[in-house]
Amino acid sequence: MKILVCISHVPDTTTKISFTADNKSIATSGIQYIINPYDEIALTRALELTEKSGGTVTVINVGDASTDATLRKALAIGATDAVRIDANPANASFVATQIADYASKNSFDLILTGRESIDYNGSQVAAMVGELLNIPSVSIVKSLEVADKTVTLEREIEGGKEVISCPTPLVASATEGMAEPRIPNMRGIMSARTKPLQVVAAIATETYQQLAGYDKPAPRTQVKLIDASNVKALVDALHTEAKVI
Amino acid sequence: MNVLVYIETAEGKLKKSATEVLSYGKVIAKNSGGTLTALAIGDLTTDEQGKAGRFGADKVLHVTNDKLKQFINQAYASVVAEAAKQNNASVVIISNTFNGKAMAPRVAVKLKAGMVDGAVGLPDLSNGFKVRTSAFSGKAFADIELTSAIKVITVAPNSFKAEENQSAGTVETFSASVADSDFTAMVKEIVKASDKISLPEAEIVVSAGRGLKGPENWGMIEELATLLGAATACSKPVSDAHWRPHSEHVGQTGLAISPNLYIAIGISGAIQHLAGVSSSKTIVVINKDPEAPFFKAADYGIVGDAFEVVPKLIDEVKKFKAANG
Repeated sequence: MKILVCISHVPDTTTKISFTADNKSIATSGIQYIINPYDEIALTRALELTEKSGGTVTVINVGDASTDATLRKALAIGATDAVRIDANPANASFVATQIADYASKNSFDLILTGRESIDYNGSQVAAMVGELLNIPSVSIVKSLEVADKTVTLEREIEGGKEVISCPTPLVASATEGMAEPRIPNMRGIMSARTKPLQVVAAIATETYQQLAGYDKPAPRTQVKLIDASNVKALVDALHTEAKVI
Repeated sequence: MNVLVYIETAEGKLKKSATEVLSYGKVIAKNSGGTLTALAIGDLTTDEQGKAGRFGADKVLHVTNDKLKQFINQAYASVVAEAAKQNNASVVIISNTFNGKAMAPRVAVKLKAGMVDGAVGLPDLSNGFKVRTSAFSGKAFADIELTSAIKVITVAPNSFKAEENQSAGTVETFSASVADSDFTAMVKEIVKASDKISLPEAEIVVSAGRGLKGPENWGMIEELATLLGAATACSKPVSDAHWRPHSEHVGQTGLAISPNLYIAIGISGAIQHLAGVSSSKTIVVINKDPEAPFFKAADYGIVGDAFEVVPKLIDEVKKFKAANG
């Protein structure tokens, strides 16, 4: 099985976010970047599948050279090879178009992404790639099994789950439960240095949107502490002051 | 601008998020001199069709094709895109729910549309078409300017208040043509976890963390949630330890929610957890550690042991409910 896993390069979850003076990009100094946690789940599942029944796992990222370290980490975890589309990942539509173009030239059985990236919190890329390639896409998948050429997926829905059966090729976005991410071992880290990382030029796309700017949410007012012996005061405040019950 | 809203239904009824997107779409249509068309696919009772009108639809398109009884994102996206074209819609609005997330990006590709997902406010039409969404897991907002002829917006549940009694819409049957290739993926089974309130849509959420010490202690959390008509949630360490299902995990790598009231019990408030809940309107924190960082992000706090405070809170809520119906 030939699997493509899309990797986002995102600030670590503990990062405090601040912006440049024009509010149009994040201040990157001192930020630790990681593989988007959901993409790591997708990567781990891809490795489990190929370890069991053979195949390759290619990781792909749209970004500048600063994301190479993140791709090398994916190689250290176990990916076969890496591809970087050399461009600024301006928005989901741009990224999906680049990935779909690469995928259309390299026929994969399965394309995996994370359910969303934890930086822009978009959950668009998987379904967009599916639409661009005219193949099915299944979003927010917590279990993925392959038997022969049929994939069985459990997709999260409100108040339960849906079991979907789909022939390859398809795109799926991973959430918790699909696999437990693994920590790269020394052998993986050593071999990652020599695994292929191909840099590909971006294709031209149409522009449908642009970022106007970032803003920070207004800070909350000071907490009102209520004594543990007077819980009634909390219920009263929620009713008369906050008006939420 | 003509607006098309896709309205999600469940068992013949409009979902709460559907009423929110209807009212959201109505404001855009009204402010820009257009009409609002609502599209429902699958069972929707006559009463509920009327309700779609009252929440803002000038016209309700109802698709009754048997092949579309069950949600398949590829097929539903085709129908929405076709309805948008036939009705000259320049804005397409969908709820940012599990199904919305699965279909909206496909609609955007079909319509060559720019897309904003998880919008938290109405578009700013004063200079272009800007939509605000949350970014960096609630640590910031991003304002996105859409420049395409057609625009797709998914609206975060609970971020826009639905308003009834707006208008009376007409109802038409919409016959959509769907290709067999849209049905490559098949739904084998739908497993309902429970009849509990859906977490992303819940107005009140009772959430608990490691401070509860073990899964056997969740009875009081469930009881408080039932009393308040709330959904239950948990922190990451709790779902990682399998005390509660992953679907209840809220935070940066779980669900991001914005209920009217979020009650956090025995959760310290790590930055990753706050990221998923910081847009809640009112936050109550109950924690025995007065230094817990969550108190800095809360509106109301009680410093105390959950095992003492929560039973008292249950009693007080019972008294309150008895007095206020």
